[in-house]
Formats: sequence, structure tokens, C-alpha cells
Amino acid sequence: MTTTAERADFRFNWVDSFLLALRIAAIFVVVWGTVGALALGFVGEGLSGSAWKDLIVAGLAQGSMYGLIALGYSMVYGVLGFINFAHGEVFMAGAMVGFFVADYFFTSGLWVSNFVIAILIVLVVAVATSTFTAVLIEKVAYRPLRNSPRLIPLITSIGVSFFLQNAVLGLVGPAVKTYPQAPTWLSQKISVLGLQIEGTKLLVIVIAVVSMIGLWLFVERTKTGRAMRAVAEDKEIAALMGIDVDRTIVTTFAVGGAMAGVAGILWALLFRGVSFITGFLPGIKAFTAAVLGGIGNLVGAMAGGVLLGLFESLGPNVVLRGLRWEIPVSLGIAALAAGIGVAVLAWRRGRVSVASVAGALIMLGIAGIGQWSIVIPGLTQLKDVVAFSALVLVLIFKPSGLFGEQLADEDRA
Amino acid sequence: MNQMPTRRSATDLDWDRVRRWGIYAGLTMAFLSSIGMVESLDKRLIVDPILSLGFLALLWVPVAFGYAATYEEAKEGMAAPEKGERDLIGGLAAGLIGGLFFVAFIAIADAVDLRGVFPRIGPALIDLLTFGRGTAVGGLLWLMISGLLGMFGGLLHVLPVRVRRAVTNALTAVFLVALVEIAVVDIFESLRLTVISDWIYAKNGGVTIAGAIVVGALAALSSVRSEGDAVVRFRTRYATMEGDERKRFNLIAGAVGLVLAVVLPMVLGGLTNELLANVGLFLLMALGLNLVVGYAGLLDLGYVAFFAVGAYTTAILTSPLSPKWTPMLTLDFFSIEGWVVMVVVVAVAALSGLVVGTPVIRLRGDYLAIVTLGFGEIVRILFLSDWLAPAFGGAQGIRNIPAAVAGPAEINGTKPQTIFYLVVIFVGIAVYVAWRLYHSRIGRAWAALREDEDVAEAMGVETTKMKLLAFITGAILASFGGMIFAVKVGSVFPSSFKLIVSIIVLVIVIVGGMGSIPGVVVGSLVLIGILGGPTQPGLLAEFGEFKLLIYGALLVFMMLRRPEGLWPSVQRQRELHQEEILQDAWLKAEAAADSAGER
Amino acid sequence: MHLLEITGLTKSFGGLQALGGVDFHIDELEIVSVIGPNGAGKTTFFNTISGLVVPDEGRIVFEDEDIAGLEPSEITKRGIARTFQNVRLFPDMTILENVMVAQHCRTETGVWGALFNTPTFRNEERAIEERAKDILGFFGTRLTGYRFRQPAYVLSYANRRRLEIARAMGTMPRLLLLDEPTAGMNPKETAELTGLIRKLRDEKGFTIVVIEHEMRVVRDVSDRVVVLDHGVKIAEGSYDEVSSNPDVIEAYLGRPAEEGA
Repeated sequence: MTTTAERADFRFNWVDSFLLALRIAAIFVVVWGTVGALALGFVGEGLSGSAWKDLIVAGLAQGSMYGLIALGYSMVYGVLGFINFAHGEVFMAGAMVGFFVADYFFTSGLWVSNFVIAILIVLVVAVATSTFTAVLIEKVAYRPLRNSPRLIPLITSIGVSFFLQNAVLGLVGPAVKTYPQAPTWLSQKISVLGLQIEGTKLLVIVIAVVSMIGLWLFVERTKTGRAMRAVAEDKEIAALMGIDVDRTIVTTFAVGGAMAGVAGILWALLFRGVSFITGFLPGIKAFTAAVLGGIGNLVGAMAGGVLLGLFESLGPNVVLRGLRWEIPVSLGIAALAAGIGVAVLAWRRGRVSVASVAGALIMLGIAGIGQWSIVIPGLTQLKDVVAFSALVLVLIFKPSGLFGEQLADEDRA
Repeated sequence: MNQMPTRRSATDLDWDRVRRWGIYAGLTMAFLSSIGMVESLDKRLIVDPILSLGFLALLWVPVAFGYAATYEEAKEGMAAPEKGERDLIGGLAAGLIGGLFFVAFIAIADAVDLRGVFPRIGPALIDLLTFGRGTAVGGLLWLMISGLLGMFGGLLHVLPVRVRRAVTNALTAVFLVALVEIAVVDIFESLRLTVISDWIYAKNGGVTIAGAIVVGALAALSSVRSEGDAVVRFRTRYATMEGDERKRFNLIAGAVGLVLAVVLPMVLGGLTNELLANVGLFLLMALGLNLVVGYAGLLDLGYVAFFAVGAYTTAILTSPLSPKWTPMLTLDFFSIEGWVVMVVVVAVAALSGLVVGTPVIRLRGDYLAIVTLGFGEIVRILFLSDWLAPAFGGAQGIRNIPAAVAGPAEINGTKPQTIFYLVVIFVGIAVYVAWRLYHSRIGRAWAALREDEDVAEAMGVETTKMKLLAFITGAILASFGGMIFAVKVGSVFPSSFKLIVSIIVLVIVIVGGMGSIPGVVVGSLVLIGILGGPTQPGLLAEFGEFKLLIYGALLVFMMLRRPEGLWPSVQRQRELHQEEILQDAWLKAEAAADSAGER
Repeated sequence: MHLLEITGLTKSFGGLQALGGVDFHIDELEIVSVIGPNGAGKTTFFNTISGLVVPDEGRIVFEDEDIAGLEPSEITKRGIARTFQNVRLFPDMTILENVMVAQHCRTETGVWGALFNTPTFRNEERAIEERAKDILGFFGTRLTGYRFRQPAYVLSYANRRRLEIARAMGTMPRLLLLDEPTAGMNPKETAELTGLIRKLRDEKGFTIVVIEHEMRVVRDVSDRVVVLDHGVKIAEGSYDEVSSNPDVIEAYLGRPAEEGA
């Protein structure tokens, strides 16, 4: 619906009211949790300073990995206008094949004697595998569906995703494969900008940034990159201008696959364990990152990945933990007063953003006066709830992303 | 192929295609062996001593790929490609190439120990694949088998239609008879006709050779007598029925279905009833999802959440072990208590439909799919979490759900017949609801909304209301499924409500035909009946570990080859084959214009 | 009192102003043409009236009530129906169904009626079908008979336009907005449609606003002509007044290539 209302972006109906309530609830929980975590920290019940820093570093490392996977979603959506649900499996395939090579190097001793060469070869193999998988999927499953209604390729890609997962399960078995340990010099902490960063995490961030820059140069500076952008803009016109659309689309899949392959090795460095379902959750999260950064926007995808990584790492430990903090009554009263004040303003203007801030303040006030406190046991269990909530909230409230979509009009409808 | 319509020599083939399909065939056979399919399925016999399901899983490959290798598209307005020996040669070549690749695979697997990477490729597999005669002899045999089967695939092009149909029908019939072994044995046993079933089926399972020959011959004979493909003919006839005729047909079909539904459980044994109950359960959900996806065009990937909501609500209301609330009502359909339970289930489902439906209502289709998937996962993880365990029991779930009661009868999972009867009643309700709504202004509004949302809104259709209505109706049907599931299993826990349930229900709807009630019925019979549900075995229980692989492959295959499903709805068929119908309509319109002198 | 009265209608997309304070009115049983070069904001004008676009400022008063900002379906229900410049039918629904679905807002049987097949429901369904056939009959035999059961996409271009008008009629509006009804039609079809537009008013009692490029059509059908350029009304009056207005001539001659056929 093209209802981009400017004068009052709120209508008094069921859907808008519900969305407003959801918005208020989200802001309320995040603000309460974050402030609570900080406040608990001051009285020594919360996280220590170094624990905070560790979480941030972990978030950055994971986030840059998500960013790399997100590039694949973003580029394919930008060019073909559909969600390649199987992209998570492309990532998994790279990590999985990489494992067998790494394992071979470990038994042959190269992994220990010359780690740099070994990991480089593993990286190349993983990238090759993922690229091959991505291109294969495009040829077999998506090419024949180029002009079908948009849900058809999405459903197909769900099928491809399940097929690949279970094919890998059948081929290599259900057990989690664990990459050999990285050498000790790599797992030591290094001090960068006041942060104590574990060597592996630093390596992950560096590789991600380098790949990202490489990709950016490729898309912006080369002829193929220009062709990709043209095809994303309008396939028919691009074809008329003499661009081989099919080949450009294959390139898009290949480049996205290559990035997923790099991400696969980053995953191995960070978590070491790989199994047939490894691709599912990172895939979903990376898709969230792609939307958050603005579909079709490459720098946005990377930024979205980092944001999502931080949110995922800090979310359960900070926000949800902070919910046990009881807001002082005085603060509650202040928030309530401020909320009512803002609400009066919002009523006249009919702006959702103001109304949601007002609502959240009022909720905070109520929570403070009522001395609410939510103690959640088993926080790590809720890690994925945080990730999925991020997915849901981003898609509902910011479907065009933080940094702007770059999509052909036909794909936006 | 730029071939003038002159006579072509026997080797005038699209060799590139032959080579390609040959290689595909070899790779497919190697893949199927590597994932352990041959080995696992070898235990199930199709024709007693000679053919197991495991080998069947390999042998179809050269036939199908040989057929594909020599397939030539009949282009519009061009002479149909002529058929002849070249099809045999092409099929043979493709089969041989495939065989060569497969033999190479066997040889490598024999020479190098691949178990470190591929745990299923071990000596046992090699032994099985080489018929226990060593690589050389085994390889040679495979080359022959594959070549001959490939040639048979090519031969299918050459055979006159009638003969081809006879051959394929005979083979299918033997396979089907082997497939429904448990059910048939059950029926014959309760009819005290074990003489016949003992003669058809061997002791170790599978059809006896004599039985196979008789069944095949009967099938071949019956197909030779008939004109054209019976299924297709019937479907087109059904699609062209008008008003009263269709109503009459539907009534008769409904009556026959009802009689079958009442009588079948009595003659079938526990296993088969269990199977039918599962089919019914998934059919119920598929009918609900069909409203959402097929009618209103909203791709809901979190459908399992409503199933879970129904199951948990029932568990909380009826089980004495529910951790927080223990009203301990009995699901007695003949008393107020039972109706209270149902009303609460419906209310909670409707509410959850509203809560999930509202925020996604303005999203474009693909984002809607992903958000609903997110909701489904959130619901499952919350049910699983320690946080909400005081209410929902965490990973242990809620156990001791008592049997439902209908008058003197107790309904629970230990008596699958009773569950089946219960399922049939609810499926009946679901079919009725779907059918009535579809042929009302609501159904038309859904169709309009599916085709062009903005225009539907501009033409006065309250799209928000209609979408929510679809979500809520779908949610209620799924929650009935959940209710029956809870009663059937006697306990609910989060692991029963994984994403895969949503996906399998979606596959049923798509394979059957989006928006088509008979399609969904056929889809659940075929898929759940043969392959089984996420944890429930079907007729081919041996497929267990490969089920999801096949579901995935099937989804892709259907989208590529037959997106409208096995039994498409009239509208969907139009949507997906516009061009062809357009041509027909063009001709028809021209003819009409000629006769009426329109211009 | 006017049937529809619009004051100060403003709408911008990003930095681009599509409508810059347009005033407009139409009386019962009038036919008013809205003309102007491409990009003058005519379609945005229709979109804001029918609710597909919410205006930034301005009032749209229809039968004494401000309808600006209402949901499109609500506006249709109040009696404004439209067609689209680029014909947007429900291509896979039958021709009859296209018109039947348009009566959605004039009927009310809900889930219960449909489920229990109540007499009200059956009568309503019958009435919907009768009315749809009746409306299609207005266009002669082109959309009737065997056509009823054919999907809409088999229709020729001109027939699609006709069906779109029929669908708009199905919502039983008082005010009909026709967005370039003759675009892409040959001269014979155009002439016929011109007559049809008048018939819609004279026989069916619709009040009509037409966006049109074809000047002969504008001349033949309109009681009054409104000229938009760059989102602003630059002239208004009878066809002869407007066609000799220097501002209008300048607006068109400034873009001679876009004057239209």
C-alpha cells in the first residue's frame, strides 16, 4: 500500500493501534533493560566492565560474519527480487567442506606447523565450495523461474534449503564436526583501542573488513560490477544495453556465495563446530541484517550485520538481565509525568514516533510505581528469541532498512 | 535443432543432451548410494526375492534420465519430432554413461576408504552394490543394467501410447500393491481371506513373483481397454462440470467418502488406522493453511504455532499434570465441559491468529513469510524455555492428557480407530467451512486480494479485515488439529512443534494444489500416507531418515514442473498457464466472433 | 452544495510536489474532465481522492463529510469508484467475478451467513450475480454470455477497459473517476466510449470525473474542464474557454511532444 501519510501517520484503527502498542512495548523493554543493566552494574550486581567489553567484541566479530552472509541475501534480492532462503546452506556447505580439509591438515601436521598456509587453503576451498553451490542452485532451481510470481522462487528456495540440509545430513552424518584448535598465539588477547581482543576475533573482523572492501571495489569499480548494478536497476533495459543478464545474475550468485564461504571459515574460527543445521540460524539472522541495512545496499548489509551481532550479543545478557532492576519510584513518577506531557503533544500532531515514546515513558512510569521486576532464568536459552524478535521488529517497523533500499521499482511493490 | 523434416539417421541425436543426462544419472545414483538410501531401504522388499526398495531407489534413475535424455519438445506449429531407433540408442548411451560414472564411483569407494568423510560409504555398501561378486563383475553388471534401463527409458518414447500406458500402469500397480501391503493384509485378515493376501505377499514382505505378474497383467489389461489417462480425463471432466452436475457429484463423492470413513477403520488394523489418523490430522492443518496460502495468498511459514497453541490449550485445560493451571476438564463431546474446552481452544486460537496476523498485515508477501516463520520459532522457544516452564512445563511439556470422551466411547491414541473417527469429523467440518467460504463474497474478496491487493482495496474490499479473517480461520482449524494431536499423543512438548511441521503442511498444500480442496486431500493422502509426517511413519516407514530430503526435493520439483499441484484449482491453473489458455481462448473467441459477426 | 468539494489539496513525494493546493468541485450529474500534460499530477489527484495516497494537506469533502485519509475501501463504500490508467483487473478471476467482487462493499453477509447458507445469503448471492450480469449487459454483448465464465485476461485491450468500468459500476458509486478511459483505443472504439460516458451519466445517473488526453473526447463529454500543470490548477471552464486560454496553450506547447494523440 502506498499510504505514506505525512500529516498524521496514525489512523485510529485496529492495525495501527496494535502496531503502536507493539512499538511501545519494544521501546519499553529495551530501555528498561538497558538502563537496568547499567544501574545494576553500578551497584556491582551486573556485568563487570571487562564482561561488557567482551560482549561487545564478540558482537562485533559475529556481526561482521553475519554481514558477509547478508551480502548474499542483499545482492540476490537486489537483482532478482526474492529471498534466497537457501543462502544459509551455501554458507554451511563452505564451512562443512572446509572442515574436512582442515581435519586432513591437522592429521598431516600442516595445521600445527604452518597454520597460516593451512587456513588460507581451507579458506580457498570453502570459498570455492560455497561459490559452486550458489551457482548450481541458481542454474537448477532459480533460472527457470525468472519471471514467475514472486512467492514461487521463495517457496522453491525453501525446498532447496531443506534439500541441501538433508543431503549433507545424509552424506556426512548428523554429528557436529569440530574444527581443530587454532594455535595458541592466535587465541591470545591483543590490546586494540583499549579493548582486549582475542586474536581469533580480531582476525575474523579483519578478514570480514578486507572481503567487504574487496567486494565494494568490485561492484563499484569493475565493468562486471557496473553490469550488476544495471541489472538490479532494470533487467530489460540492461539487456537492451547489451549486458548479458544471465551471466550477470550468475556472477551475483557467485560473489554472494564466495562471501558466504568466507563467512563459513569465520564461523569455524569463532565457534569451531559445524553440522548440517549450522546454516539455518545464521542465515535467518543475516537476512535480518540485510533488511536492517537496506536490501540491495552493500555497505548497509555490513553495517546491519554488525548492529545485529551487537544486539544479539548484548540483548540477552544486558537487556533481559536488566529487567530484574526495579525502577526507583521517584524515577517512575518522573517518567510518567514526562510521558503524559509528551502524549498531550503527540495527540495533536498524530505522529507515531512521538506517541510511542510517550507510551514507553508511561509504561516505564507504571513499572517504576508498581516496582516491577522480571527475573528470567536461563537467559542463554532466549538468545534466539532475541534474534527472532529482532527479525520480526525490523521487518515490521523498518522494512526499508536504516540506510535505504536500492531496489528496482518492480521488486518493491 | 534446426532440422528440416527429412528422414533422420538413427544416430542423429542431441548428443550433448544425452551426455549431460547420462552424467546426471551417474551422479544421482552415486549420491543416493552415498546418503545410505540403498542400504537402508534394502530391507523393504517390493517383489520378494528379486527387488528391494533400496535397489528400486537406484533403478528408476537410468529409466527416468534415459527418458529425459531423448526427450524432444514438440514445438508450437512445428511437426512433432519423429520417434524411432534413435531414442533407443540415445537412452542406451545415456544409461551407459550413467552406469560408467556409477561404476567409477563404486571402484573409487572400494579402493579408498571414504568413511572418514562419508560414513555411509563402507564395505557393506560396496558388497551390496556389487552383489557380493567383487568390483569387476559388479561393475560390469551395473553397466549392463544401467544401459538396458536407459534404453527402456528411451523406448517409452517409441512405444505407441496404449502400450506405453499398459507398461507404466503395470509397473506402478505392482509398486502400489507392494506399498499398501500393511493395509491390504489388514483388510484381508479382518475379512478372513488370508489365503489371497498370503498368495500375493511373500513372508518377508513384498509381492511374490507370481503375485507381481498377476497384478501387473491385470493393470496392463485394464489400461489397454480404456481411452486416455483416466485421472486426467476425470479431472478435466470435473473442472468443466457446471452448477447442479457438480453439486450432485460432490454430494455423491461426499457420501462415498463418509461411508468409507465409517467402514474402513473397522476392517483395518491398528497400524493402518494410526496412519490414516495422521493423514487426517495433517489434512486438517493443510485445509487450514490452504485458506491462508491458497485462497488469500498469504504465505504463512509459522503455521505450526497455531497447532501448538491448540495442543497446549487442550493440555492445560484437561491434564492433571499441567504445572500452573489445572482445571482438569474432560474433553467430553456430549457434555458442557467438552464444549467449554473447545470454545476456549477456538477463542485462544482466534486471538493468536489476530496477534500474529495484525502486525504482518501491511508487509509484502515474502517479508510476511519470514516474519511468520519468526513468530513460529519464538512461540516454540518460549514454550521450551525455563522462564515459562512454570506455566508450560519447559522441555518436558505437559503429560497425562486424558482421553477425550464421546458418550460411551473413549478417544485416545491407544485406540487409533477412535482418533480417526474424531479426525474425520473435524476434517468434514474444515472441508465444509473452506468450501462455503470460498463460494461466498468472502472467498471472492480473498481471490481479489491475492491477485492485486491495492486494487482490491480500491474496489471496496476491506483487505485488512479479510486478511485477518483468513489468518483467524486458518488458526482455528490448526488449533483443532492441535487439540486432536494432544489427545492422540497424550502429552505435548515443544519438540513436536518445529518449523518442519509448517513446511510439511506447506508441501502438502503445494503438491496437492494451492486453493484446491480435492488437491489438498490428495496431497495429504500421498505425502503423509506414503512418506509420513515429521515424526510419524507412513506406508514407506523405511524412508524415515530421507523423508525431509524428499520433501525438499519435491517442493523444488513441483515449483519447477507443476506449480499448480497434482489437482489444481481452476483459478490457479489459469494463473500459472496464462499463455497456453490465452491461445485457446483466442481461438475460441475468434470462432465466436466469426459466427456472431461481432465486429 | 457540491457533491465533491476539494480545497487546498497538497501532496509531495520526497522533494517533488505532485499537488500544490488544488481546489476542485463537482456537482451532481456533472461530467468534468481533468486534463494537463504528463506529470501534471492528474493521477495523484485521483489517488488522493480514492484514498490510495493520503494528502499532506487539504480537505476532500464528499457529501458533507471530509474523507481525506480514510482507507480506500471506506471511500469506495461511501460512493466513489475509479478505474486505473494502466487497467488493473483481477486477471485470473472470471469476468463475472470481477464485477461480483466489486459489490463487496454493498453486501454484508458474513461468515455465519456463508457457513449456514442462510436464505439472506442465498438471496444476496443471487442478487449480486443478477446485478453483475445486468451491469455487463450495459456494454452490449461483448462481456456477456460465454464471456461470463472466461478469465478476464483473455479480453482484448478495449474490452478490458470496458470491464474495468463495469467493475467500478459494480461498487454502485455516485461518483465515478475514469483515468484515461480511451487510452490505447482505436478511433472507432474511442468514439463509442465517448457516447458511453454520456450514457453513464444520462441513464445510470453517475457523476463523472474523467482524466483524458484525447481532446475530442474531452470536448464531447465535458460540462466543464479543469487543467492541471505541475500540480496546480491553471484554468477551469468550458472546453472552448479552456482551449483558448493562453496559460493552457503555453503549458501544452512547452511540451509539444507530450500533447498526446
